[in-house]
Amino acid sequence: MTGNHQTLALLLFSVFIAITLGITTWVSRNRHGSAEEFYAGGRLFSPMENGFAIAGDYMSAASFLGISGLIALFGYDGLLYSVGFLVAWLVVLFLVAELVRNCGRFTLADVVAARMSRRPVRIAAGTSSVTVSVLYLVAQMVGAGTLVALLLGGEGEAARSWTVIGVGALMVVYVSLGGMRATTWIQIVKAVLLMGGAITLTVLVLMRFHGDFDQLLRTAAERSGHGAAFLAPGLKYGGDWTARLDFISLGLALVLGTAGLPHILSRFYTVPTARAARRSVVWSIGLIGGFYLMTIVLGFGAAAIVGPAAVRASNAAGNTAVPLLALDLGGGAGSTGGTVLFAVVAAIAFATILAVVAGITLASSASVAHDLYASLRRRRSQPYSEVAVARTAAVGIGAVAIALGLLARDLNVAFLVGLAFAVAASANLPVLLYSLFWRGFTTRGAVWSVYGGLVPAVVLVLLSPVVSGSPESLFPTVDFQYFPLENPGLVSVPLGFLAGWLGTVTSAEPADEAKYAETEVRSLTGAGAV
Amino acid sequence: MPSARAEGRAAADVYVEVQRSAAFQEVRRRYRRFVIPGAAVFFGWYVGYVVAATTAPGLMARPVAGAVNVAMLAGLGQFLTTFLFTWAYARHARLRRDRAALDLRWDTQELTRGIGGER
Repeated sequence: MTGNHQTLALLLFSVFIAITLGITTWVSRNRHGSAEEFYAGGRLFSPMENGFAIAGDYMSAASFLGISGLIALFGYDGLLYSVGFLVAWLVVLFLVAELVRNCGRFTLADVVAARMSRRPVRIAAGTSSVTVSVLYLVAQMVGAGTLVALLLGGEGEAARSWTVIGVGALMVVYVSLGGMRATTWIQIVKAVLLMGGAITLTVLVLMRFHGDFDQLLRTAAERSGHGAAFLAPGLKYGGDWTARLDFISLGLALVLGTAGLPHILSRFYTVPTARAARRSVVWSIGLIGGFYLMTIVLGFGAAAIVGPAAVRASNAAGNTAVPLLALDLGGGAGSTGGTVLFAVVAAIAFATILAVVAGITLASSASVAHDLYASLRRRRSQPYSEVAVARTAAVGIGAVAIALGLLARDLNVAFLVGLAFAVAASANLPVLLYSLFWRGFTTRGAVWSVYGGLVPAVVLVLLSPVVSGSPESLFPTVDFQYFPLENPGLVSVPLGFLAGWLGTVTSAEPADEAKYAETEVRSLTGAGAV
Repeated sequence: MPSARAEGRAAADVYVEVQRSAAFQEVRRRYRRFVIPGAAVFFGWYVGYVVAATTAPGLMARPVAGAVNVAMLAGLGQFLTTFLFTWAYARHARLRRDRAALDLRWDTQELTRGIGGER
């Protein structure tokens, strides 16, 4: 990478930061400091705006760089990720979005606590939401560090650490000053940039092949050295049964996890009605689906134009496939076009990470202040102080994420994202679905279901080959690996559902019929929705 | 909010009453009749796809036209069905549920006004 790339990429990225900081100041000029304003941006976004913001929150650097990179290296197996990430939105649309908008105020715990004994349920749901958010945050921070080291010259340790710290500090400023309103606008700007970048590159790739997708696939298969096998599943997840089960486990976590991600759920509260929530999900499915279709073209394009060998030489995990593709499409290294396109793609990737980090920090600070603090505090605080707590929590979570990001910088980003999805699917989804649809669900069932999914998911990861017992694991020298799969979803998701059922049938107190009537009526009609 | 407790009971009675009303049962029936089979179909199709990709690579690698094989068609088919399901759900909700749900919302809020506080 030459000096020109660096300077231009840094310049573009600084412009993005300046614009978003400007937005933060602008939208918070008439801020009232109410919880409604801080957590939900006043609930006055339009479905289109929220649809773009959801897409911005969801399309992380892991998708833009990671999936295209996986396709460039392993062909079809990378495509399986994009399918899982997209189909997950049907779960959100069908079962979650409207009902959650109607029943809750700011967080997942609101929906569950409405029909249960509040305190234990809030503490449980708040804990699991914060856990999911922190895992997801660490993944993004590690991604930011890796990316900057790769793009801005060598594997500089200092540059990496300073990026993690800088990204963390910036997102704390965004979130604590601007709340949901500023965060939403950052997501919208970022989604537009990302879609624009992806469309440009896709058009350039297709132009290179004269619009012939078949030709693109054939060239990719040829250059990969695998031939037709490159276009069929099995290059990465074939092999023994452990690898195959691991993939099924990941697939399950991806499709069920999205509906339990706290930062996605909190987005539905930024629109005025359930109908608007539905329309924002329709917008975001269109955007996300279009985006993942383009990552397929970009991934196979990188394999065909750059070649898997060159991609692997730059970054073994394939994360630099898209920037390299941009360099080539612009006219190659040294040309003006190549430099500009490369810098643009790098700046978009930074912006992507920053925006996703801001969204998650906001959601987790809401969980800390609205669920955990509100349940554990002494009874005398005003609603105002809850926002103050949320701002402080954003700073605290930022600090924790920076520290963990620095510690975990050698972990694989895709793995961390998969883990966050697995925990969300095991701990958050069962309790949410049971609360919305099961008449007999009780407080004990809710608490058991959260911990019954959360604890196995985390423990199974600790016992998995990711942490110990293999050369690539976190602690390669010790061996306490008792669970063969890297992703715990296949076991922990059913356990979450089972624990919820078990807790309910063993409850001494029956479910409160009247409270369930209220939840059901409110969820389907929107009566009494805030 | 101890003072609201007695009133809260009354509001709860309203919700039970609405829940038992024929109009609400109809909205719920329409929602469930679409969502449960729909979710079963797309989830089954997705799980089938993932399982086939991991256990039957031979079948998935069978060429169809040019470089396009069964796996590629199935993957793009997942995208297509996702878009179709999204369209169908939004249409069903708009035409079959929205009006009735909105009417119920106003009726319910009318009944709870004054007794349940601001809710």
